[in-house]
Amino acid sequence: MRIPDLLGFARDAATGNPLRTSLLVLAMAIGVAAVVVLTALGDGARRYVVNEFASIGTNLVIVLPGRSQTGGFNPANAITGTPRDLTIADAQAVQRGSAIHRLAPLAVGSSEISVGGKLREVLVAGTTAEFIQVRRLVIAQGRFLSTEDWSRGTAEAVIGAKVRAEMFGAEPAVGQLVRIGDRRFRVVGVLSASGQGLGMETDELVIIPVALAQAMLNSNTLFRILIEARNREAIPLAKTQALEIIKQRHEGEEDVTVITQDAILATFDRLLGALTLAVAGIAAISLAVAGVLVMNVMLVSVTQRTGEIGLLKALGATGGTIQLAFLTEAALLSLAGAIVGYGLGLAGAALIRLFYPFFPAFPPNWAVFAGLGTALTTGILFGVAPARRAAALDPVQALARR
Amino acid sequence: MNTQPAQIELIGIERIFKLGDSEVHALRYLDIAIRAGEYVAVMGPSGSGKSTLLNLLGLLDRPDQGIYRLEGRDVTTLSAEEQANVRSRRIGFVFQSFHLVPRLTAAENIALPMTLAGIEPGERITRVQQALKDYGLEERAQHRPDQLSGGQRQRVAIARATVMQPALILADEPTGNLDRATGEEVMRLLEELNQRGVTLIVVTHDAHLGGRARRQILMEDGALRQDSAAPTRSQTANAHS
Ligand SMILES: Nc1ncnc2c1ncn2[C@@H]1O[C@H](COP(=O)(O)OP(=O)(O)O)[C@@H](O)[C@H]1O
Ligand SMILES: [Mg+2]
Repeated sequence: MRIPDLLGFARDAATGNPLRTSLLVLAMAIGVAAVVVLTALGDGARRYVVNEFASIGTNLVIVLPGRSQTGGFNPANAITGTPRDLTIADAQAVQRGSAIHRLAPLAVGSSEISVGGKLREVLVAGTTAEFIQVRRLVIAQGRFLSTEDWSRGTAEAVIGAKVRAEMFGAEPAVGQLVRIGDRRFRVVGVLSASGQGLGMETDELVIIPVALAQAMLNSNTLFRILIEARNREAIPLAKTQALEIIKQRHEGEEDVTVITQDAILATFDRLLGALTLAVAGIAAISLAVAGVLVMNVMLVSVTQRTGEIGLLKALGATGGTIQLAFLTEAALLSLAGAIVGYGLGLAGAALIRLFYPFFPAFPPNWAVFAGLGTALTTGILFGVAPARRAAALDPVQALARR
Repeated sequence: MNTQPAQIELIGIERIFKLGDSEVHALRYLDIAIRAGEYVAVMGPSGSGKSTLLNLLGLLDRPDQGIYRLEGRDVTTLSAEEQANVRSRRIGFVFQSFHLVPRLTAAENIALPMTLAGIEPGERITRVQQALKDYGLEERAQHRPDQLSGGQRQRVAIARATVMQPALILADEPTGNLDRATGEEVMRLLEELNQRGVTLIVVTHDAHLGGRARRQILMEDGALRQDSAAPTRSQTANAHS
């Protein structure tokens, strides 16, 4: 039989029994839709987290004081004691690294801000003009800290959106004088509200020059050095250079930890990728169920069409032709189911995005191919048994039964 | 001329159906020879083995004993695939209950043997058109079997049986589901085919219809009871004309 004839024959056989056909297509469609929607959820979660991390900055390399035992990312390091100070001079020295595009030192401590009669506890971040680029922050009003000698520092402050709202209300904040700790600062800018996110909460932050912050906090050490590598490829080199330079300055002792944003990202990526895969696997079970259904319905179909099969044999069809005809029908039904299911799945994912606009629920390409592929494969595999049975029918008995 | 081999040669054919412990001897030591172009009526009471014989001749069934030579070739030993090819190219079936595919139109039903044989669409269309014309079905080409009368259905079935231009037509009670007039008409069509040289073997238990054949074979309890004529010289010559 020619291929177009085979397809036409299978199509006519399928449309000849609409109930059976729609049942099979539906079963297959539900399976594929489940794969599409669930992987869209899983991959959406992965993308959401990755995006949040990416929004902290790009090509980030972070230096923190204290040595990590494993060398990898270890949150415990963030709170352990500091053997040797990580200083502004260290940060300045690291700038020499060829792979390093720019960097910002960061000293953090808590203090109080007061203006008029209002007083509020705030997180004070001491840094430099580069911080806004490295961290990809956006200024809502005014400007960021001015570029100047890191070891000095003009008494300027940039405040977070929430701090501005609470301290100034409807009044303009830029240009006003505020007291932070025991010093007076002029507000030069307001950060735009960051909204919710995984990034460091900037809405309640007050940013001042790093030298003033250290003086205020009475500490010489930095909390972090945030480094932006020249590009993605330069990240590993930037990491080694930062480490080497600081090691040299610390009498050859490796008493800092350098982590890359990439490494953190990769961890999350892997974790959530695995989760998506697991979810897809669960969804694939529904495809197997659909496959079993295909088999049973096709077996019933073979029984119902016994007379026709006998006739086809009498007309000269070989067992192979009959087997092929039934397999083609199973494949066509599965394909139709897969396409309908894909459409349903996309609609489901779109619905999720409609209700949760911040959640990027798009099914990953691999899942779509895997879902469609599995549907076709199960349809054909489970179609083999009925097709074999049809081919093996005794033509005389098949013809007699009618 | 007498030395010309028979088209169909059955030698010591036996067919036994086993039903649990009991055995049904559907065909007993059958020896029959049929020459190309003959018109044979197979008659006998119900259950005498007529259909079993026809199924065997049509390679839908295999004997338990004996040799079946078709056109000089022992076909009982052929593989299922080879037998299917012989059915496709050499044999046309006409059934009592028509056996049309209900979801296909008259034209598609007629084309079915060609579709199965992989004949190209252009050729199929020409042959179907010709068949529709030959059997007066042009108006009915796009009708489905349930929109056709019994006579029309059997005409579609005959068109389908002949569309591959077989050498042998096997008809198992082709008029059994038709009224007398329509039955006569269907027989006339089959006889016309025979006149054009196709071997025609018709099973019937209607003595009147059977009498129209040049040769009658009477079956009884699976055995050949009576064979009206072994082929004569004149009939062989006739088949050659
Ligand atoms: N598949 C079968 N299984 C068992 N017995 C059968 C089968 N086919 C035919 N028979 C028996 O063989 C005998 C001949 O049947 P059949 O050839 O159909 O007779 P006819 O066509 O002359 O009426 C009957 O006794 C019938 O019951
Ligand atoms: Mg019978």
